[in-house]
Amino acid sequence: MFIAASAAIIVAMILTLTRAMLGPTIYDRILAVNLFGTKALLLIAVMGFLTDRPEFLDIALVYALINFIATIAIMKFFRFAHLGHPHENDSLGDL
Amino acid sequence: MIRKLGLALALFALWLLLSGIFEPLLISLGIISSLFVAWLAHRMEVIDHEGFPIHMGPRAITYWPWLIWEIIKANIDVALIIIKPELKISPVLFRSPASQKTEVGQVTYANSITLTPGTITVTVHGDTVDVHALTTGAADEVISGRMDKRACQMEGNS
Amino acid sequence: MAIDMLSWILIVIGGGLSIISAVGILRLPDVFTRMHAAGIGDTLALGSLCAGMMLQAGWTIVTIKLALILLFMFFASPTTTHALAKAAIAGGVKPILDEDRIANKNALEDTENKGKNS
Repeated sequence: MFIAASAAIIVAMILTLTRAMLGPTIYDRILAVNLFGTKALLLIAVMGFLTDRPEFLDIALVYALINFIATIAIMKFFRFAHLGHPHENDSLGDL
Repeated sequence: MIRKLGLALALFALWLLLSGIFEPLLISLGIISSLFVAWLAHRMEVIDHEGFPIHMGPRAITYWPWLIWEIIKANIDVALIIIKPELKISPVLFRSPASQKTEVGQVTYANSITLTPGTITVTVHGDTVDVHALTTGAADEVISGRMDKRACQMEGNS
Repeated sequence: MAIDMLSWILIVIGGGLSIISAVGILRLPDVFTRMHAAGIGDTLALGSLCAGMMLQAGWTIVTIKLALILLFMFFASPTTTHALAKAAIAGGVKPILDEDRIANKNALEDTENKGKNS
C-alpha cells in the first residue's frame, strides 16, 4: 500500500514538473517548484516507512524547512535582485 | 520573563522529542543549547507578543479543530471543481473587512483565509483584506464573516 | 484492525488528492487559480497522508515527528502562498477574473505601480 502511495506521489511530481517547465510566468514556476518540494517531502516520508527506516523522517523535516526558506529566498531574489534588507527606494518593502 | 523561560522550555521539549535519546550528556547539551538560543533571541529582541504569542495558546485549542473542519470542506469543493470535465470556475477579487485589533490577529485571519483552498489573501492593509476566490461560492463564504468572527474570538482582548 | 483500515483509507485519500492537486495545477488557467490547486496539496493531501502514517506508526517518536512536519507546514504554506500572490500582483500579472468587486481599486493599482517603478 505504501508502494501505491509512493507511485501516486511520483505521478503527481511528474505532473507538477510539467507545469514547472510549461509555466508561462516565473510565478507559475515558483508555485510548481514549491508544490514539488511538498511532494518530495511526502515521498521521503513514505519511503522511510517502505524501507522501515524511521530516520528518513528527520530528513523530511529538514526538507520542509529548506523548501519554505528556498521559496521565500527565490521570490525575494527575483523581486529585489539581492537577499539583504530592502533599500530605501524599494517601495514594496519586505515580501 | 515568562516568555523567555517558556521559549527555553519549548526549545528543550523540541530537542527531547526530536532526539529521543535520554542520556545525561545529550540532555545537558540540550539544556545548554536551548538556553543559548533563548539568550540569542533575547539579545535580538524578538521575544514579544508577536514573536512568541503564548497568550493565544488556550484559545487555539478550540480554534484549530474548527479551522481544520473548514479546510476539509473547502478541499472537497475545490477537488470536485478540478475533477469535473467542464471547469466551473468564476474567479473573484474582492475586499473584505478584517475587524481584528492587533497585527497578530490579522495575520491569524489572513493565514486562515489562505489556508482554506479556494480563497487566497492577496494584500492586507489597515482593516481590510483583498481576497482572491476561485468561485463566487467561496467568496460569499468569506463575506458572510463567520471566519472573521472566529478569528476575533481567537485573538481575545489581550 | 479498524485502525489499520482507517490508516489505509487515509493514505489512499492522500495519494488521490496529491494527484488531483497536480492535475489542477496543470488545468487551471492562471497563477492565482493554480494557487488554489496547490493549496489542496499543501493542506489535506499532506494532512491525510501524515495522519495515515501516524496511525501506522502508533505512539512512537515517528508520530511526533510527523506531527511536527504537519504543524510546520500549516504555518509555512499560507505564508508562501500569500508572498507569492503579493509578488505576482506587484510583478504586474493580471488575474483572470469573472467579477472584480473592488470598486475602489486604488490600493491594488498602487501596489502595481510601485512594482513597475522599482
